[in-house]
Amino acid sequence: MSSLRRRKPINESSDSKHKAEEEDEDHDDVDADGDDDVNGKNKKTPSKIKKKRGEKPPKQPKWSCMDTCCWFIGCICITWWLLLFLYNAMPASFPQYVTEAITGPLPDPPGVKLKKEGLEAKHPVVFVPGIVTGGLELWEGRECAEGLFRKRLWGGTFGEVYKRPLCWVEHMSLDNETGLDPCGIRVRPVSGLVAADYFAPGYFVWAVLIANLARIGYEDKTMYMAAYDWRLSFQNTEVRDQTLSRIKSNIELLVATNGGRKVVVIPHSMGVLYFLHFMKWVEAPAPMGGGGGPDWCSKHIKAVVNIGGPFLGVPKAIAGLFSAEAKDIAVARALAPGFLDNDIFQFQTLQHVMRMSRTWDSTMSMIPRGGNTIWGGLDWSPEEGNSCAKKREKKNETQIADQAGSENAVCKAKSANYGRIISFGKDVAEAPSSDIERIDFRGAIKGHSAANTTCRDVWTEYHDMGFAGIKAVAEYKTYTADSLVDLLHFVAPKMMARGTAHFSYGVADNLDDPKYKHYKYWSNPLETRLPNAPDMEIYSLYGVGLPTERAYVYKLSPHAECSIPFKIDTSADDEDTCLRDGVYSVDGDETVPVLSAGFMCAKGWRGKTRFNPSGIRTYIREYNHLPPANLLEGRGTLSGAHVDIMGNFALIEDVIRIAAGASGEELGGDQVYSKIFNWSENINLQLDEEIPVHSSS
Amino acid sequence: MASVLRFRKLCYVESAVKCTSVGYESFEIDEKLDKKEEDVLSANNFALEINKKRKQPKRQPKEWRCLDSCCWIIGYLCTTWWLLLFFYHCFPVTLLRVPELPGPGVRLKLEGLTALHPVVLVPGIVTGGLELWEGRPCADGLFRKRLWGGGSFTQIFKRPLCLLEHLSLHYETGLDPQGIRVRAVPGLVGADYFAPGYFVWAVLIENLAKIGYEGKNLHMAAYDWRLSFQNTEIRDHALTRLKSKIELMYISNGYKKVVAVPHSMGVIYFLHFLKWVETPPPMGGGGGPGWCAKHIKAVMNIGPAFLGVPKAVSNLFSAEGKDVSYIRAMAPGVFNSEILGLQTFERVMRMARTWDSIVSLLPKGGEVIWGNMDRSPEEGHVCDFSKKSHSKTSLTTNNVNNSDLKRGFLVKDLANYGRIISFGKPASILHSSKLPTSDSKVFSRTSTSENFNNFSCGEAWTEYDEMSRQSIQNVAADKAYTTTTLLDLLRFVAPKMMRRAEAHFSHGIAENLDDPKYNHYKYWSNPLETKLSDAPDMEIYCMYGVGIPTERSYVYKLSPNSRCKSIPYQIDNSVHGEDGSCLKGGVYFADGDESVPVLSAGFMCAKGWRGRTRFNPSGIATYIREYRHKPPTSLMEGRGIESGSHVDIMGNFALIEDIMRVASGATGDEIGGDQIHSDIIKMSERINLGL
Repeated sequence: MSSLRRRKPINESSDSKHKAEEEDEDHDDVDADGDDDVNGKNKKTPSKIKKKRGEKPPKQPKWSCMDTCCWFIGCICITWWLLLFLYNAMPASFPQYVTEAITGPLPDPPGVKLKKEGLEAKHPVVFVPGIVTGGLELWEGRECAEGLFRKRLWGGTFGEVYKRPLCWVEHMSLDNETGLDPCGIRVRPVSGLVAADYFAPGYFVWAVLIANLARIGYEDKTMYMAAYDWRLSFQNTEVRDQTLSRIKSNIELLVATNGGRKVVVIPHSMGVLYFLHFMKWVEAPAPMGGGGGPDWCSKHIKAVVNIGGPFLGVPKAIAGLFSAEAKDIAVARALAPGFLDNDIFQFQTLQHVMRMSRTWDSTMSMIPRGGNTIWGGLDWSPEEGNSCAKKREKKNETQIADQAGSENAVCKAKSANYGRIISFGKDVAEAPSSDIERIDFRGAIKGHSAANTTCRDVWTEYHDMGFAGIKAVAEYKTYTADSLVDLLHFVAPKMMARGTAHFSYGVADNLDDPKYKHYKYWSNPLETRLPNAPDMEIYSLYGVGLPTERAYVYKLSPHAECSIPFKIDTSADDEDTCLRDGVYSVDGDETVPVLSAGFMCAKGWRGKTRFNPSGIRTYIREYNHLPPANLLEGRGTLSGAHVDIMGNFALIEDVIRIAAGASGEELGGDQVYSKIFNWSENINLQLDEEIPVHSSS
Repeated sequence: MASVLRFRKLCYVESAVKCTSVGYESFEIDEKLDKKEEDVLSANNFALEINKKRKQPKRQPKEWRCLDSCCWIIGYLCTTWWLLLFFYHCFPVTLLRVPELPGPGVRLKLEGLTALHPVVLVPGIVTGGLELWEGRPCADGLFRKRLWGGGSFTQIFKRPLCLLEHLSLHYETGLDPQGIRVRAVPGLVGADYFAPGYFVWAVLIENLAKIGYEGKNLHMAAYDWRLSFQNTEIRDHALTRLKSKIELMYISNGYKKVVAVPHSMGVIYFLHFLKWVETPPPMGGGGGPGWCAKHIKAVMNIGPAFLGVPKAVSNLFSAEGKDVSYIRAMAPGVFNSEILGLQTFERVMRMARTWDSIVSLLPKGGEVIWGNMDRSPEEGHVCDFSKKSHSKTSLTTNNVNNSDLKRGFLVKDLANYGRIISFGKPASILHSSKLPTSDSKVFSRTSTSENFNNFSCGEAWTEYDEMSRQSIQNVAADKAYTTTTLLDLLRFVAPKMMRRAEAHFSHGIAENLDDPKYNHYKYWSNPLETKLSDAPDMEIYCMYGVGIPTERSYVYKLSPNSRCKSIPYQIDNSVHGEDGSCLKGGVYFADGDESVPVLSAGFMCAKGWRGRTRFNPSGIATYIREYRHKPPTSLMEGRGIESGSHVDIMGNFALIEDIMRVASGATGDEIGGDQIHSDIIKMSERINLGL
């Protein structure tokens, strides 16, 4: 009522005609209410007055602006409720019906189709989610997080990010020194299938696959989500949560309760590396490993079906660690692109994000492995000759395969130097290596940062670095995969000290070296042997046909005070060499380049190699990306994008067939669209043991 | 209209109050406005006079139509609502919060307690969530959505028949019907909240988390509570999974034994598990005889239904249990209305009768435990419905006086609790010699074939429809049933159900526990027909609420309307006792926690297992912890922190504290040994059971 009154004087001038009566009305009304207040039993007074008004035309109430507003809102509300009611009353199959009416009959989801074929649940299935997609919930927190006990901090609606951003960042960060919980904060992974079925409401990750598996009879007792805290380094998940032991116990349980049928493991994204680590861990003897004995994997695992696996790391991780600019290694940005650049974090969003993500050891597991041997040197790269056929692709998407040859010819003139993962300036990225003057940064003095005091509480290691250090970094001009690791050591020594205790990025010369028994090598496929399990199968399933970040052109940030001193040079563009917005891209699934996803299965593990002494069979299954035909299809059933591929019908069908007992040959063996085999040929990696020791292994 | 206006006013008063708390300035502005307004008003009066002299405008502006006013009001309401909502969100969280007592978790953390033993929670009947994995077309779009518990139960109202169909099991096998797979929700979310805001385990979990518990040392042993216990293993491997989980937690927490916390029916489920796990493989888990001793520190039974609950009887007999299935409590009105085509009860009964687990809750131990026609262990119990309302607040202080008073008050019509079902009040009171003698011929289905109802009725089929009018009346003519004859009665009225369920449960007392037949799994969940495992270091706690009248026996009548398909019996609500009698609304009450009578919850710990008995050969220590019910003093307290009722006790601070102390290493003696408020010891003494 008070707001109503407040409006009145304003209206006065505008429509003075009816003003008087209105005020009279209002006066009455107030009086009535007053009465009501004084002797509460006099409830009927207002309504009586209303009635009187209805009868007497002169006292007819008129529409004021406020009334109109309310009337309008009321109308909208009613309509809304009506629609809501209709929506709820609508049969559940209605949307599908509409879709079918527009696009023609949809193909059966693979689960239904295969059920008709007579497939049944056979091997138990284990899902290993990747980075970022798993939910995290709060078990103990600071005061600012009150009321969030066992609520999701990560995944779900992300409502808290908006409500109390700083509190959220504080709770999501780990301890800077140990990489474990900060004191007084316990954030733990959500367990069960709910952990990663949907990332946010409506944004599926595993849900489609689960639903389709359920069609042929899978349920809780035959499916298991190996949820883990994806922020931690892999070995720390065991140290803190005993996650690896739990996975081991659960797999054993699945095998035991399903009549001895081995499990089919389906890791996605970083889960691929995590599971690689698990396989080594489980067979290693007890203090450091799980003590499962040397044939645990062959006893318990039928197949490892890697989806979009970054076996050799992803260049995105570099950009993420270096300048917090990866396009979606932290999906946070993708979720709210505008939001990060505005002021709610007091101008320091990126620094906050960077500080948070740098406490996550797991991001360091994705730094490109294998150095120059795999990712190319200053002047060569395995993808050499790759052309960005984006324009052409759009014209004749269907004919990509045929055109590959001709494209090659066209683009040979100017090829990107993918080997230079970071270059400062576009000219540096393109110049022949002999022309680049590089000053080694490794010995450079970092200098002192003047900004130390002025910047608020956002501490990143860049603040320990003075201008001299920044300059030294920039003057090295260009970085290949090898020197990148040194670069990160230089700009973020503490983080890398933590990270290198858990991960390694090299190529093993001699796998028999006892140092390779340490857990930090376990997640690097180039420094471990696969388990001795000749019956096991390893699949690499990934999408192709999407431009994927491969190398970056950087520049110094113009204002280098409290902000991150380096930045991707978004102005650098070059149609011919796939340079766009400062990023060179190659074929891949938008996150993982084909090289990283496919190399191990195409060459590194193919046949009996030193990385695969027992000759585990490997299969490559690529899925060409086709964008959804229309909006109704949502994220598409033919998508090849890193996460959306989990809804790709062809992929789901393959997975279901494997789970129902098919072998790789029955599936059709390799299915390759990209040039992964050519590129693998370009990589000169020794695959035989130096000494013929096949018999010993 | 008036009320709406009042509501608006109220809202504004509230928001005004909030404004002042937000900032003083706004209040000043208001005052200024008020002054202005007065000026305006006087000016308006003036203007009004002028206006009256003037001619009215030629055309009246739009009149208030009903629809417009409706819209207007709704608009106002919405705006106010949003405004309030906005204020609410602007408030600091602490301001609106009820100044909550710090839970025991905070206090015990200050005392220095930390997580030591891993904890396994075993939910009871009804409280666990169920979700759909495969269903009929009518359940489209519900894949992996909750059909039961956790959610808002909106589906029940949207498609009730579909839901009933999916929640029912197969009548012959007690397993899934063809094409339907409904499974238990795994994990802590399976039973932390039954409905939004209605906690079950959530409070306990939260307090445990305060001293360091988390996913790795806290496990919810969710199982499909509709199935018989052995079937949860056959269909879902639930027992194997539980075993593996316990072993894993034992190992990964530094070889610390597990504290199990079962609730309600979970208690007998866990009893079953303890036997199962030590039995050799084909039937059992093959853990070997030392498994329990090795892995389990203590079993802390909350509201244990060791010897069954009489509620289960009424539920199976006439679907009238007050809340063994909460269904009725959730929607009391619904069941008497017609939305399900007049057959609500029948349908619910039919569904409930497919659930084997309810049969596990039938009273066990027969007349020895529950009393015969003329005698019951609770004899002399006095109910004080009337007194309670007077002296609610002084309950604590007057406790001693009260109980003395009660004794003096005694009692003209003694309740014959032993007669669990009597037809008509006289049958429940008269001495047994005056009753018509129990004639076993009654239970012969001579005239089954002539069920004349068959054609005219809908598809809600219950086994009652196979009974003839004659036999229905015969049953009632038998007047009174004790626990033993009750089982015969149930076998008579629902032969198929009992045949199915009795393959899984037994309700007797073992003569000789060494008889090899007791190796069968159907005896495992009956504490009177199994030995506890050989684990002398284990501890068993019976923790339950007392001080709430609890259903103990029933007065039935024949249903007046013998319309087709209705249940032929119903509780005679019209029967009331005099003041001080325990008969109310056709139900005799005894002491308990509203669902489980003290006798059932406490007897095993008080006598059956106390010391070295034949049921407890290794002399496992038992402790009774009773919690006297105190209703919440104000609405703010929600369901109370001192409640003793069956489910609300999970939020009882004293109980939580006990559990936390044991979980962090205390023994039964350290937390104070027995704590008894009821007459359980006396009752137990009256029971003449060979130990």
